Amino acid sequence: MAKRENDKKKSGEGNSKEDAIEVMATVIEPLPNAMFRVELENKHQVLAHISGKMRKNFIRILAGDKVAVELSPYDLTRGRITYRYK
Amino acid sequence: MGIILKSKLELEKMYRAGQVVWEVLSELRGMVKPGVTTMDLEQVAARRSSEHRARPAFKGYMGYPCVLCTSINEEVVHGIPSPKRKLVEGDIISLDFGVSVDGYFADAAVTVPVGRVPAGKAKLLEVTRDSLDRAIEMVRPGNRLSDISHAVESWTTRHGFSVVREFVGHGIGTKMHEEPQLPNFGEPGRGPRLEPGMVLAIEPMVNTGTAEVEVQADKWTAVTHDRQPSAHFEHTVAVTSNGPWILTRPKEMTGPSW
Repeated sequence: MAKRENDKKKSGEGNSKEDAIEVMATVIEPLPNAMFRVELENKHQVLAHISGKMRKNFIRILAGDKVAVELSPYDLTRGRITYRYK
Repeated sequence: MGIILKSKLELEKMYRAGQVVWEVLSELRGMVKPGVTTMDLEQVAARRSSEHRARPAFKGYMGYPCVLCTSINEEVVHGIPSPKRKLVEGDIISLDFGVSVDGYFADAAVTVPVGRVPAGKAKLLEVTRDSLDRAIEMVRPGNRLSDISHAVESWTTRHGFSVVREFVGHGIGTKMHEEPQLPNFGEPGRGPRLEPGMVLAIEPMVNTGTAEVEVQADKWTAVTHDRQPSAHFEHTVAVTSNGPWILTRPKEMTGPSW
């Protein structure tokens, strides 16, 4: 039976961006390759990387900074740092 | 998710399903003659499936009411068998059938002439069938998915026909429709690289006139917009390190795939 053509991009499949969990965290220590160990409010520690937007705008992150982290619903131990608070 | 690769064992299971499809379609081909109704073909298909202990794949799939698709002349695909539809000399009818055996699916189709048909239809059948063979030739590790699509499009348009865009071939395995979608048109060299273990249902749908199709009121039957004839051939083909393995026909067979 032939399949009806359907472009997944048209219907909006693949939406892990909508599922992401955003949390506040504090940076514990910087790791190589723009990765950071961060501690969430619930004391869990998570490996996070700096987001491309922040890289593009040359935003530095140091230990002790408070940051917003997006966690993937598929792996709660990895995250993406998307904002650095003042 | 990606394209699911099948192990040798799984390919063997799909081959068994493929042989059932082959045998049933071969028998149905022989039955096609003026006066036969599409429901007659449907009933034979259903009976043979249960004799083979194979589960027909189409019935109940998204609400489809039968085990067989019978598409005559300007019907492209998904024609629903009916006791009121009798075959007439000069028709071309496309028979699309699929089963699952032990959880693994196979899907194939062939378009056959009813008695003697005009030269235009005969040419449509030959070109469409050859486009499937050319597409199957592209099924080798290292080639890209759209090489298959391009093979169909270039061969058919060279002969003045057009390819249907609304329907596509597909991956197949433990479900009838799996990733990837396999259009019958496009530039070569695009899409994923073919790897051993992939299984694709390659199904060129070729129209005499315009490529446009529309679905009729029964929500299933697709017809050509200009009501010119359309042909459909399909095989379930596995990618192996030595090239294509047509699961829906006997291993030993050679020559044109239909």
